[in-house]
Amino acid sequence: MTKTYAEINEKIASGKAVVLTAEEVIDYVDKRGLEAAAQEVDVVTTATFGPMCSSGCFLNFGHSTPKMRISEAWINDVMAYCGIAAVDVYMGATQLRHNDPANMYHPGEFRYGGGHVIEDLVAGKKLQLFGLSYGTDDYPRREIRTLFDIHDLNQAIMVNPRNCYQNYNVAVNCSDKRIYTYLGILRAKMRNMTYCSAGQLSPLLNDPLYETIGVGTAIWLAGARGIVYSQGTQHCSLAERGDNDVPVEGAGTLALTGNMKEMLPEFVRGTSFKGYGVSLALGVGIPIPILNPEILRRATVRDRDIQACVIDYSTDYPQKTGKVLARYNYEQLRSGEVELNGKKIPVTSLSSYNKALKICNLLKAEIEAGRFLLAEPSQRLPLNQGMQSLNITGPAR
Amino acid sequence: MITKKIYLYFPKSETEKPIVYQLVKQFDLIVNIFRAKVTSEEEGYLSLEVTGTQENIDRAFGFLGTFDVDIHAGNKGMLWDAGRCGQCGACVVHCPTGALSIIDRATRTIGFCEENCIECLACVAACPFGACSSNF
Repeated sequence: MTKTYAEINEKIASGKAVVLTAEEVIDYVDKRGLEAAAQEVDVVTTATFGPMCSSGCFLNFGHSTPKMRISEAWINDVMAYCGIAAVDVYMGATQLRHNDPANMYHPGEFRYGGGHVIEDLVAGKKLQLFGLSYGTDDYPRREIRTLFDIHDLNQAIMVNPRNCYQNYNVAVNCSDKRIYTYLGILRAKMRNMTYCSAGQLSPLLNDPLYETIGVGTAIWLAGARGIVYSQGTQHCSLAERGDNDVPVEGAGTLALTGNMKEMLPEFVRGTSFKGYGVSLALGVGIPIPILNPEILRRATVRDRDIQACVIDYSTDYPQKTGKVLARYNYEQLRSGEVELNGKKIPVTSLSSYNKALKICNLLKAEIEAGRFLLAEPSQRLPLNQGMQSLNITGPAR
Repeated sequence: MITKKIYLYFPKSETEKPIVYQLVKQFDLIVNIFRAKVTSEEEGYLSLEVTGTQENIDRAFGFLGTFDVDIHAGNKGMLWDAGRCGQCGACVVHCPTGALSIIDRATRTIGFCEENCIECLACVAACPFGACSSNF
């Protein structure tokens, strides 16, 4: 038995859709059986909340009098990209604040950057724009300094080229020295391990072969109605996968966009990684339509069925050796301790299961209330795509 | 015997006075200092735990009141902002006393137990969300 997007949307619109979170659906299918459950359940909500460095936003300021073609701009002293139309800028999540000493005094603190600007915008705070221009006949103004908030902008559109990594590395440090990474502080001699995935709640782990999540899928982006606008950068579907088709490494990614004016501050949060830099932690919810029993079966994936690879971030990761020290499933990782080479290692997460669960439930409530309709993707994400390395080539001799 | 956590702020005028010595000598208190600091402006901060009889602790607080010192009973020098917490748990492994821990395994909720905090401030560096900060 199969359903169509239109049939599911009709049920949502009439307030009759049966919606379960990716956590609830596991027990439900156990109890009811796959076939019966596939008939009953219309939508499964998935979510993730964690640092997503490839995030940013396009902002349009409107024109001052006289007009200005902003060629360099800083928002709260964080540089924005201006190589686009006159008063459009792009603020990237990992941009450091002007004069941040970075890692000059290692490890740097990176207290404020692009991610924090985006957080402050969504929180409705006043920010300072400072802009410069070379001046033209039609845009004579050469300098601007003004306070603004998100309501003063014509558009504030979040555009994230790479979010929602399907799966991710587990990081450990085998060296004798503490290291500072985007997966947090890693203590020397494997004294801790960190991972970053919502596991059984994570969108692409519940749809491992991209059967429902594709270009055009309607998503919940930090509370706003967003869409998947493309495959994400570094989308690499030709990854190693388990028997259940669930990848054991990064694999797929999504490019997302949504209106920042509709977002909830709780789910748009600037982050500072000591010794590494700034980023943006973001909450994303994606509904999976239960079109057939097979799609439902994949959405019942459990933490224990999802494997992740442990990589040494002191050597193997930076040197790209490809060496995997061990593999654990998310049930083991979430238990807070694993054993590696006879040594018990405490494990923590950078991705918040708590917030992901909250998002699953918020999205579920919106769908149940008939306020969130599903969108059929206009294009599937590539299934057989690898990833290239950058080869360093010099000028011809 | 009871134990109380206190956090003291000394303005410049009081930083050179041996106040902790008097707490031990005059009021028979067991003093466990978590952190002490004199800033470049010569202001002093002291975060400590005192153990003694209720009577002696009350007398000691009266004694502290004779100085120009701000007393914050129970309010320690480390602050955990629940609203800023991203609920990831990155801090948990870095907290040596389990003051920051997973308080609900089902929903993986992170909580802070002030009682257990020794103000090592390892969490301040480990938290990407800036939820942990020091009063001084």
